[in-house]
Amino acid sequence: MAPHTVAVNPNPVVRTQDLYRGFNGRTILSGLDLHIQRGEFVALLGRSGSGKSTFLKALAELDHEVEGSGTLDVPENRSVVFQDARLLPWRNVLQNVTLGLAGANDAGRRMLREVGLAGRENSWPVELSGGEQQRVALARSLVRDPDLLLADEPFGALDALTRIKMHALLRQLCARHQPAVLLVTHDVDEAITLADRILVLEEGSFIEDLQVDLPEPRDHGDPRFGQLRRHLLSRLGVAAH
Amino acid sequence: MTLIATDGFKPQQAAAANLQNRRRSGARVRLGPGPAIPFGLQIGSLALLVLWTLGSALGLIDPRILSAPWTVLDAFRQLIADGRLQDHFGVSAYRAVTGLVIGVAIGTVLAIIAGLSRIGEALIDGPIQIKRAVPTLALIPLLMLWFGIGEEMKIITIVLAVIVPIYIHTHNALRGIDNRYVELSETLNLSRWAFIREVVLPGAMPGFLLGLRFAVTLCWVSLVVVEQINATSGLGYMINLARTYGQTEIIIAGIVVYAVLGLASDAAVRFIERRTLSWRRTLSQ
Ligand SMILES: Nc1ncnc2c1ncn2[C@@H]1O[C@H](COP(=O)(O)OP(=O)(O)OP(=O)(O)O)[C@@H](O)[C@H]1O
Ligand SMILES: [Mg+2]
Repeated sequence: MAPHTVAVNPNPVVRTQDLYRGFNGRTILSGLDLHIQRGEFVALLGRSGSGKSTFLKALAELDHEVEGSGTLDVPENRSVVFQDARLLPWRNVLQNVTLGLAGANDAGRRMLREVGLAGRENSWPVELSGGEQQRVALARSLVRDPDLLLADEPFGALDALTRIKMHALLRQLCARHQPAVLLVTHDVDEAITLADRILVLEEGSFIEDLQVDLPEPRDHGDPRFGQLRRHLLSRLGVAAH
Repeated sequence: MTLIATDGFKPQQAAAANLQNRRRSGARVRLGPGPAIPFGLQIGSLALLVLWTLGSALGLIDPRILSAPWTVLDAFRQLIADGRLQDHFGVSAYRAVTGLVIGVAIGTVLAIIAGLSRIGEALIDGPIQIKRAVPTLALIPLLMLWFGIGEEMKIITIVLAVIVPIYIHTHNALRGIDNRYVELSETLNLSRWAFIREVVLPGAMPGFLLGLRFAVTLCWVSLVVVEQINATSGLGYMINLARTYGQTEIIIAGIVVYAVLGLASDAAVRFIERRTLSWRRTLSQ
């Protein structure tokens, strides 16, 4: 399959133009232009230190003290899934899901059922396994029905088996709730399995922006999967086997 | 298998197996203190009481130096019979509790302001540190000048004493709240008030409760000081009067009341601690 570049859509959910970010005079992101559509699942790949988290924080508007310029147009209603589940230890599972939302208990329970945690509403976060905590974090993000879901290596700390389950869950939930998604990941396979579109960040710009047209569910044995994988790995500077 | 045969035998066997089991797999050293002993926190105080009783009964303690427990009990009976103890206690309790409540409220609010704003910290932190360095006893003459010698001065003295530990420990805990939770609150669009309610107050709770443990004992301690300097009622006054007449047993009765109050207040705060901090998994559990 020949990866191709995306055409610009007139009505994107996320729009950045000439986005610049730097630390202490060192440029990390230099003039990024990006549009993301409603319901589009974008994976962002890049070497460690390439600025993926910096870009995600910019989209989340969490970078108060970072030098920067450029236009940034993101929806007001956005959610972030962090690498750690980041649950408040002093609030139970349901309270964590509905944090800051008034009268959302029913929606919170429904969301917990969707991530397979029905009956755990009153547990403390310390009583959950790592994967369960990350599912609570996912429920907390999705119960807000975000227009934009930002996730920074959300499954990095999970074992391979749990990760596969989480992939299926995330795919399914995103198909149902239709947010625009930006998923930062180190894992090329994860990106190909989940994303409609893959970006590669290198030296402050996107050196790759391609659509993934593989049928779902994606099969690692598919030769096109392997071809795409080799292509991306070479773009990341890793010798592919 | 008959019930009679197993009765009385099986538990022993089970216990032995358990012990062996523990030995074999017990290679791993347990570093925590282990499960709690029932009423464990009262054991030390009770031991002190036993020592005192034995010492007096065996004649090892001179009654002129330390009255025997039964003499003190007699004094208690007398004090309660003529209503003196209840009256003095009531007056003291009113002062201590009023001072505690006001001091805790002020200390907490100051800690939150100083913790959440740089200007607040710049204005509040210095004066509190100064208050901490100045002994209450040295402040009392000044407070008497400003507020007279009535109830006002006494309660204000207690309030000032209580503010310090509440402020220090709450502020310290608040500053220690993980920045990741602040980031989370921002992404969830929490209002300032929701942020304080959901993150700041629960996050600072362990520190606040530690401050409260200091504060509850401190409010009784400052009470003695103010009541011995200028008062016509209260436990401190009762003790001071007994000193004038050389009534050791009444002095000790007063001290016993303070001791019981101190222990009871501390136990109350620990109880609150267990209830409100049940989300924690720590060394103490
Ligand atoms: N607060 C900061 N102050 C100074 N430099 C920073 C700061 N945060 C990030 N950087 C630098 O910016 C660069 C990009 O960091 P960023 O966290 O965005 O990388 P990343 O692509 O997310 O890496 P990783 O995959 O390891 O998470 C790094 O070189 C990092 O050292
Ligand atoms: Mg990162």
